[in-house]
Amino acid sequence: MRFVDEFRDAGMARTLATQIAALCEPGRKYKFMEVCGGHTHTIYKHGLEDYLPDTVSLVHGPGCPVCVIPMGRVDDAIAIAEHDDVILTTFGDMLRVPGGRGSFFDSKAAGADIRMVYSPLDALKIARKHPDKRVVFMAIGFETTAPSTAMTVLRAEAEGLDNFSIFCNHVTIIPAIKAILDSPDLRLDGFIGPGHVSTVIGCRPYEWIARDARKPLVVAGFEPLDILQSVYQLLLQLKDGRCEIENQYARVVPWDGNTRALQVIGEVMELRPHFEWRGLGFISHSALQVRKRYARFDAERIFLVPGVRVADPKACQCGEVLKGVLKPWECKVFGTACTPETPIGTCMVSSEGACAAYYNFGRFSRERVKEATRT
Amino acid sequence: MTQKIGHNMPTRANWAEEAVAAAAAEEAQLAHAETQHPRTGSEHLTREEQVLARIAKARARKARIKEERITLAHGAGGKATQTLIEAVFLDAFRNPVLEKLEDGAQLAPMWTNGTAAGRLAFTTDSYVVSPLFFPGGDIGDLAVNGTVNDLAMCGARPLFLSCGFILEEGFPVADLQRIVASMAAAADAAGVQIVTGDTKVVERGKADGLYINTAGVGVLEREVVLSAAAARPGDVVLVSGPIGDHGITVMLARGELDIFADIVSDTAPLHEISARLLDVAGDGVRLLRDATRGGVATICNEVATAAQVAVVLDEASLPVRPVVNGASELLGIDPLYVACEGRLVAVVAPDRADAALAALRAHPLGEGAAAIGTIKDDPPGLVLLRTAFGGTRIVDLLVGDPLPRIC
Repeated sequence: MRFVDEFRDAGMARTLATQIAALCEPGRKYKFMEVCGGHTHTIYKHGLEDYLPDTVSLVHGPGCPVCVIPMGRVDDAIAIAEHDDVILTTFGDMLRVPGGRGSFFDSKAAGADIRMVYSPLDALKIARKHPDKRVVFMAIGFETTAPSTAMTVLRAEAEGLDNFSIFCNHVTIIPAIKAILDSPDLRLDGFIGPGHVSTVIGCRPYEWIARDARKPLVVAGFEPLDILQSVYQLLLQLKDGRCEIENQYARVVPWDGNTRALQVIGEVMELRPHFEWRGLGFISHSALQVRKRYARFDAERIFLVPGVRVADPKACQCGEVLKGVLKPWECKVFGTACTPETPIGTCMVSSEGACAAYYNFGRFSRERVKEATRT
Repeated sequence: MTQKIGHNMPTRANWAEEAVAAAAAEEAQLAHAETQHPRTGSEHLTREEQVLARIAKARARKARIKEERITLAHGAGGKATQTLIEAVFLDAFRNPVLEKLEDGAQLAPMWTNGTAAGRLAFTTDSYVVSPLFFPGGDIGDLAVNGTVNDLAMCGARPLFLSCGFILEEGFPVADLQRIVASMAAAADAAGVQIVTGDTKVVERGKADGLYINTAGVGVLEREVVLSAAAARPGDVVLVSGPIGDHGITVMLARGELDIFADIVSDTAPLHEISARLLDVAGDGVRLLRDATRGGVATICNEVATAAQVAVVLDEASLPVRPVVNGASELLGIDPLYVACEGRLVAVVAPDRADAALAALRAHPLGEGAAAIGTIKDDPPGLVLLRTAFGGTRIVDLLVGDPLPRIC
């Protein structure tokens, strides 16, 4: 497949792997965090770690939109879905996320009309088709998906639709990275920066990470060669004694971001004073809400939701996994009480979640499979 | 405020704690059993390997349904379907024939006047595909081919089919006639007769147009015994053509995704191509499966579990059409899990693999056949994939439901 296979070329990967190995100082261990869940997925799906020396480890970060949704927000969305004139729409990944009373799948099986969509515009289509129903889109995601949600609100307004609203759970990436850097348990050598988020916000918002926190960051694309190359760039910076923000994903990410997309977000949404993140707790100015001007498209204003904070299950260590402090398999309930089939934590649900990626793709002993996969 | 409908949803505030406690109890039980029969070697494992071993044990536990209601995942052909079958149906109906959980039941010889009249294979399948008509076929030929294929995968020659129709009030008779005509044509092509049937009509809204059930009987004329448990290290995994065509076609035919592609379903009867394969490779064929719901990945997992072997697949060798690859990439799904309705997977002894592959390729339905992997002894129970990128990952049973109602 053109424009994809080029970025999955095994020969190129071998070359990069040799260069990466050559850049590693003997005896030094390196720890890089890939902020974005999309990267985590790529790393496991393509078996990328096979190309890295033992001394380079990748730590999975908090950038998984589904993983950071707290249980209380799932309960709120299900409460909305339980109105008999409501069709709740959301992305497929959300459907299995457990709330305090169960998941969307459970609620759907109990009679609620919950539908998977690939885009908020699909939700709008459903609203047009069912004028007698109130159609709510549960919006999740970082700055990547916020513009399309905002755009959909603007379109609904332009069309004069009065049966469409969004339940806004958009979060922003910078406060999450701040929380990681504030975490005392983690020593990182650098970041593989989020690619899709950066198409919207650009690279400037990361400048403080190099300047103040003294960590290099390379914004990376989502194909396996993109990630290998960004590891190479990080190692090169360390070797050269540089600490910079670099853009490996320049084929998509403009340094200044997408001003039109940012404008659209700003038109429809504003920062919340604070928002709860699964496992990370409340973080100030870390999420978006619908502006008052668009109140009639804001499900939180239209519906009475419980709005109750539901504590994470005691056994769940999603917070530590999201912060990169624990590897997925180090969580106490990983793979036994918590599996993709019956998840306790969000990290086990989304395809971008570190636990799901490890469980589905990486659940094997590298030593033991060496023999089996030898060609 | 409108009235709430969700009172049926269970309120279980402590569900997570309960799940943790249940898992801990089962683990303690297993650990206790282990102290009675200690196994050696585990002391050399790394911490990660110990966790992996614990997970492997947890996965080998008796299947148990944790959900209080059926969800769409229970019909998706992945992990939840397997759990449902083992925990509910097999548990209730258990007998030596069913227990094998093959595509069809292989029955003991029938006796007529003291002479063995041949062994029978017997199978059934229901069809709920949406939309009813899709490029390359419709629910009618799907319902015939699916059951013909289940018989063919047992190594049987398909002979007779039954069909049951559940029709929704208001369904156009012209559509029914069109569907029935394609069933007749498909039966003709497969050399089977539809010899009995049943019709029910339900109120409008109680069925989505129509559902079809078919059952089939075939005769086992060969000595070969096909079973997932028969795979052994060294065997080769073959597939008869490009994978995922049917699933992607149906998904796009629904028109919900606004993706348009030049692709048709691969629905086809496999009785001929499987017979050719058995003619050539005989008892070197360990098992045959048609890669329907759950796709090639699910079959490989069944083999790995039943035979306690490792199945090692080579991504670069997988035949996948560019359009299927492209659509899968856009939709975030893996072609390995996408259904086919006219492709078979065969596990064949190494010394017959070349001849078997040649036999597949010589048939019009098998032009795109390929060897996609091999069977190894370790690690047992796992399906491994050498990715085209050059890395390694596992291919697990699918959890969740990316493609509902594709057959």
